[in-house]
Amino acid sequence: MKRQGRSPTFLFSCLCFGFAFLYIPILVMIAYSFNDSRLVSVWTGFSLRWYGALWENEQIIDAALLSLRIAFVSATLATALGTLAALAITRMGRFRGRTLFSGMLAAPLVMPEVITGLSLLMLFVSLEGLIGWPLGRGADTITIAHITFSMAYAAVVVQARLTTMDRALEEAAMDLGCRPMGVTFDIILPLIAPAMLSGWLLAFTLSLDDLVIASFVSGPESSTLPMVIYSKVRLGITPDVNALAAVIVAIVGIGVAIAGWLMARMARTGAGRSA
Amino acid sequence: MSQPGGKAPANSWENPAAEPFIRIRNLSKTFDGFPAVDGVSLDIYQGELFAILGGSGCGKSTLLRLLAGFETPTAGEVVIDGVDMAGRPPFERPTNMMFQSYAVFPHYTVADNVAYGLRKEGLGKAEIKDRVAELLELVQLQDFARRKPRQLSGGQQQRVALARALAKRPKVLLLDEPLAALDRNLRERTQFELMNIQDKLGITFIVVTHDQEEAMTLATRIAVMDAGRLVQIGTPTEIYEYPNSRFVADFFGAINLFEGRVEAGDPSRIVCAETGVLIHAEPIAGQPLPETLFVAVRPEKIRLSREVPAGEGMTVMHGTVEDLAYYGNHSVYRVRTDQGKLVQVSSPNAHRSAELALEWDEPIHLSWPRDCSVVLTE
Amino acid sequence: MTTARPERLWRRTVAGVPYLWLLVFFLAPFAIVLRISFADPLIGQPPFTPFYDEAQGIQLTADNYRFLTEDDLYWVSYLKSVRIAAVATLLCLLIGYPMAYGIARARAVWRNVLLLLVILPFWTSFLLRVYAWMGMLSGQGVVNKTLLALGLVDQPVQILYTDLAVYLGIVYTYLPFMILPLYATLERLDGDLLDAAADLGGRPRQAFLDITLPLSVPGVVAGSMLVFIPALGEFVIPSLLGGLDTLMIGRTLYDEFFVNRDWPLASAVATVLVLILVLPIVVFQRFSQLDREVTR
Repeated sequence: MKRQGRSPTFLFSCLCFGFAFLYIPILVMIAYSFNDSRLVSVWTGFSLRWYGALWENEQIIDAALLSLRIAFVSATLATALGTLAALAITRMGRFRGRTLFSGMLAAPLVMPEVITGLSLLMLFVSLEGLIGWPLGRGADTITIAHITFSMAYAAVVVQARLTTMDRALEEAAMDLGCRPMGVTFDIILPLIAPAMLSGWLLAFTLSLDDLVIASFVSGPESSTLPMVIYSKVRLGITPDVNALAAVIVAIVGIGVAIAGWLMARMARTGAGRSA
Repeated sequence: MSQPGGKAPANSWENPAAEPFIRIRNLSKTFDGFPAVDGVSLDIYQGELFAILGGSGCGKSTLLRLLAGFETPTAGEVVIDGVDMAGRPPFERPTNMMFQSYAVFPHYTVADNVAYGLRKEGLGKAEIKDRVAELLELVQLQDFARRKPRQLSGGQQQRVALARALAKRPKVLLLDEPLAALDRNLRERTQFELMNIQDKLGITFIVVTHDQEEAMTLATRIAVMDAGRLVQIGTPTEIYEYPNSRFVADFFGAINLFEGRVEAGDPSRIVCAETGVLIHAEPIAGQPLPETLFVAVRPEKIRLSREVPAGEGMTVMHGTVEDLAYYGNHSVYRVRTDQGKLVQVSSPNAHRSAELALEWDEPIHLSWPRDCSVVLTE
Repeated sequence: MTTARPERLWRRTVAGVPYLWLLVFFLAPFAIVLRISFADPLIGQPPFTPFYDEAQGIQLTADNYRFLTEDDLYWVSYLKSVRIAAVATLLCLLIGYPMAYGIARARAVWRNVLLLLVILPFWTSFLLRVYAWMGMLSGQGVVNKTLLALGLVDQPVQILYTDLAVYLGIVYTYLPFMILPLYATLERLDGDLLDAAADLGGRPRQAFLDITLPLSVPGVVAGSMLVFIPALGEFVIPSLLGGLDTLMIGRTLYDEFFVNRDWPLASAVATVLVLILVLPIVVFQRFSQLDREVTR
């Protein structure tokens, strides 16, 4: 593996430094969530009191539930729309307005959130004036906004899989008497299912993470978790946010561990059966 | 070397009364102005094992895809068993294809792969089960029915693809480079298996390949393609022994080419332009010959001898052995003639100690009879 | 190819549904923003003059754009955004390149683990990762404590609420976006090329400069654009880590909208920001196309 005799130590120290940079702030943040003191940066002793406070903070719990609900719905619809869009781009050949379509599909990837948020709010306000929908703003408008920007990400992930897929598989199905719609359900969808799952997870995370767009298109009654966190931390550091961060990191960590275990198991059983 | 399918009348292409099973007329396909298939006309008969041969980019795969219905022709028509295929999508054609990449569905078991086309046809469960079992037996995969494709070797995957394509009992089976992805030993075995299956089922096979050896051993007839056009159609023997152009002659194995012109008044005597040697050929009847033409001679048709060869109509040259290569069953010599032309000769090593053990730089006579000279005008 | 009705319906659904969605929820909003940027602010709901008025006909005004050029708040914001985004991109490149190279040259077993470690922070909340730096950089935070302990400073230095904190925040949150495309190009780089260079007498440093660096340019461009473009419009980082004078355009736009409630002016700011973004986006697309052609 050692292709070059040169400076593995240099690269190694770069990696060490880089990963330290990436992980120390998170670890410090988690460490201080166990701090007894109200002043976040003065260590006075180990305590779980902020976890207790978090559990009793209805505002945070409600916001978290709302965020999860929005993320679930928007990720599901974004994956559905993104998959359709990816199919249209990769499998429908040339159709009228294709250039505009692919441009619109890619644009949310590079659009600053402030602009996406602002423009969607303008749309909702104008629509309300014109057709009386949506009445006010809340979870629904946030969901629509999240679908719009995360479907682009889902589409990219699915499109990547579709372009590397052997077209002969679809041709073989058609050759054996299957119509194009059947090919989509028999062949394409089962084979891109893992990519759709990745796209869904990505859309879910993006939705859970979004502060700016939600701030624009939410109403007074609907504050998502990032909005609540932002309003708390804008004024300075608060220990219960540290506790919340620790909980989120733990959930992500457990999720990754389970995913890794599942993948390893799948790889093992696959190998075992072919042996 | 190969026999036409048992159930098909032998050599139906030679019978003027025989109806072609597949009629291709002036078929063309252009991609962005570039003609991939250019005015191809071809008749293929029932039960044939027909090979379409050519280098990469010659349009052979496009031709196959036009037959399968994956491409829509720019012009021309395809008629299979009396039915015009125009406007028919692949799922409504009596053809099935074995793909070069096999295209075995990775998320189905072997049995489900084979059953796929039958399910789409709407056959009953019991019938599908019987047919699948029958086909798996045909390709000797009975024990693998419940495996997933990734648990199979390349050769096994190919047999799944074959069984799947045969399941619907197509009128025509299209095979795209069927042996290209197999290693040498497996190739030979698979080649004979394909021929046996074709023989047993009597289905018309159309094979696309870039490998002339494969085409010659497999096919009843071969069509050679170049730049979207058919260059020559014929049996393997015809194409090997009587190529109609330098392109075909060169494509099929080694050949020696001599440029020359006809000696005044006698079309059987051609003077080689490079060496000035007189080459004897069969007189060509019919159309007037052009000023310059070519004589092609296969290396194995040329005899090497130490003494001056004699005989009526013998073309004789003299030279020295410049290079020799021993291949076991035969040897290949490269002889430089006295006039400076390099000629390749291959001769069988029929005896253990060859009476004619040639050495490097040995002077030698080359000769071949007149019927081995192939006169080419283009 | 097919004439069956459900087939046609299916074809139309596949392209039509997402198309319609994007027209309504992506293109139309832009048209509205563009149109409002030419309106006058108004006290009321909605807070801008209508496009068409019975009395005055079509109402369009370029006042908002004129105002953008007159008040230097906006110029400063645009320029500062570009500068901060550019410097942060450069810093990401300097840190990310050796990391990506190190991962690409690591043993195959390690590569996936290291990559996972790069991606992992992305799955935790962006906002909380920015927040983590608030704790790190505060007066009694880990950074200041370390500096004091090492004797580099006598008293805590103000890092939080300065431009430096914004740089740190951007580099921290966008570093994975730099590493991943760089890794993708570096990993594809044929090891045989380097062996060939070594075989032909190139010293490792020379081989790196002659082969690796030029061939990784597409990855460098892709990574840089993936950092630069979102950093340019960044709002959370300057508003949490920056000082009052850390004027980045995303933040100015946000304040214009939520604090001053001047929708037409905010729309004009947004329109200009989109125009500024067009250039790097075009560059990005050209290069990703080029990259695809090269690696084909």
